Amino acid sequence: MPALPVNPDLIAVFVLAAFLGFQLIRRVSTLLHSPLMSLTNAIAAVAVVGAIINLGEAHAGPLARTLGFIATTAATVNLVSGFLITDRMLKMFKKDKPQP
Amino acid sequence: MSHTVVEAAYLVAAVCFVLSLMWMSHPSTSRRGVIAGELGMLLAIIGTLLLKEVVDYPMIAAALLLGSAIGVPLAYLMPMTAIPQRTALSHSLGALAVALIGVVEINKLAAAGAGFSFTSATLSFEMTLGFLTCTASLMAFGKLQELLPTRPMMFKGQRPANLAVFVAAVGCAVALALHPQNGALLVAFVALASVFGVMLVAPIGGADMPTVIALLNAYAGLAASAMGFALANKLLIITGALDGASGFILAVIMCRAMNRSFANVMFGGFGQVAAAATGGEARPVRSASEEDAALMLENANSVVIVPGYGMAVAQAQHKVAELYQALIAKGIDVRFAIHPVAGRMPGHMNVLLAEANIPYERLVEMDDINGDLGSTDIALVIGANDVVNPAARDDPKSAIAGMPIIEADKARTVMVIKRSMNAGFAGIENELYHLDKTHMLFGDAKSFVGGVVKALSGGSGLH
Repeated sequence: MPALPVNPDLIAVFVLAAFLGFQLIRRVSTLLHSPLMSLTNAIAAVAVVGAIINLGEAHAGPLARTLGFIATTAATVNLVSGFLITDRMLKMFKKDKPQP
Repeated sequence: MSHTVVEAAYLVAAVCFVLSLMWMSHPSTSRRGVIAGELGMLLAIIGTLLLKEVVDYPMIAAALLLGSAIGVPLAYLMPMTAIPQRTALSHSLGALAVALIGVVEINKLAAAGAGFSFTSATLSFEMTLGFLTCTASLMAFGKLQELLPTRPMMFKGQRPANLAVFVAAVGCAVALALHPQNGALLVAFVALASVFGVMLVAPIGGADMPTVIALLNAYAGLAASAMGFALANKLLIITGALDGASGFILAVIMCRAMNRSFANVMFGGFGQVAAAATGGEARPVRSASEEDAALMLENANSVVIVPGYGMAVAQAQHKVAELYQALIAKGIDVRFAIHPVAGRMPGHMNVLLAEANIPYERLVEMDDINGDLGSTDIALVIGANDVVNPAARDDPKSAIAGMPIIEADKARTVMVIKRSMNAGFAGIENELYHLDKTHMLFGDAKSFVGGVVKALSGGSGLH
């Protein structure tokens, strides 16, 4: 059998992270499902890392630069607005004041 | 800068993201979760800027500034009722970023003259998810913003057509993985995957949006993870997996709350079919005025309010909060019963009511409040319909049979604020409206609740 062309470490990382994700998300209160979605959205904008590399590489051609620029901008919009709006939502969740 | 430093920054960033989700579990720690997430993101970006192959700092700074200049107003100017639209839009942008990175990477492979490899396969997979999620989310955005009709868009032969486009897109993806240097193939592939995204969401109706948004969230996460495989970047793999798991769990919760399968939501065209089946002869109902409603509420000991999408449409959450304040000031126990699919995205009602300063302990999940409804004096339904339809529980032939409901019909008295007797999204007759103990309160939710509040404060002095 030919060797797998993929690094098995990466698959292990994926499986463990997915498992961890399921365990963590299951514990999130249903109250917070909307902010959860905007938070995970912001976090997933870490794809900006790949976009920055595309955009900033020394030998990047015009196509790579253009697409890299659009991708970096789009991901930045997501991460900035995602974190800010999540916090804006969470700020609104208040505890009951004891009744006088 | 040494590679080890960057790897360490990525590792700490991944830990921050995990902590961020962990702290999201409860409102008391959730804001700490946002800070952890922001810290992780900062580390990831700084780490990347330190990579020695990244040199064009002015362009990167320009893109980051432009993105922030759009993102900041988007976050602060967006009204809370528009949260579902914003979420759909951000899924679209996230998927677009991932898809474009995929295009750049596959071009790099092509330039290097590479043939089939694991990288070309993951890039094809990643781009398929990326482009289809991008256009599908844009469609969802259009429907939620009501730029597009919210009813399912159907045509004859839709399913075979969708299947044909899907097969063609997957075929192109496979061919592209085998021949990454074929530029024409890449263009055809991008077009097909994008068209499939549009066709996927076109037949889906408004009330199924919570499931669709959650599912698109899962796709966007998976695409990011696939990109991590292609770039051998563990941070992207971990983050994508966390995001994907989140979207998937939310989609499962939404499906369960409607007693439906993924396939049924994605290919059902539910609203259309059921709406066509409604004949609708007028049956008598009992209606009541604002003053009647105020009088009944005033004499109750316990009230459960059941909000639905109609409350969001009427922007009635602040008036509802005034009603809540007026009632608790009279010593009445008031709670809110939240159905998982009430609204247009998971948790939609909770955010709106929190915005209106309702303490979160008062927002009770369906399963936790159903047991108490039998001993509740008044169930007040505001802009909800199918989620309180007893037919789901009692009539096995109903289109929504088996869907878990909030059992408003068990309360001693039921009041329903509704614009008119038009059927709800599912187009199904609601028995609740015809019960002897039900009072229909016809009118706009915002002005009706406002009228009730006024009548309450006018003080008929019965208490």
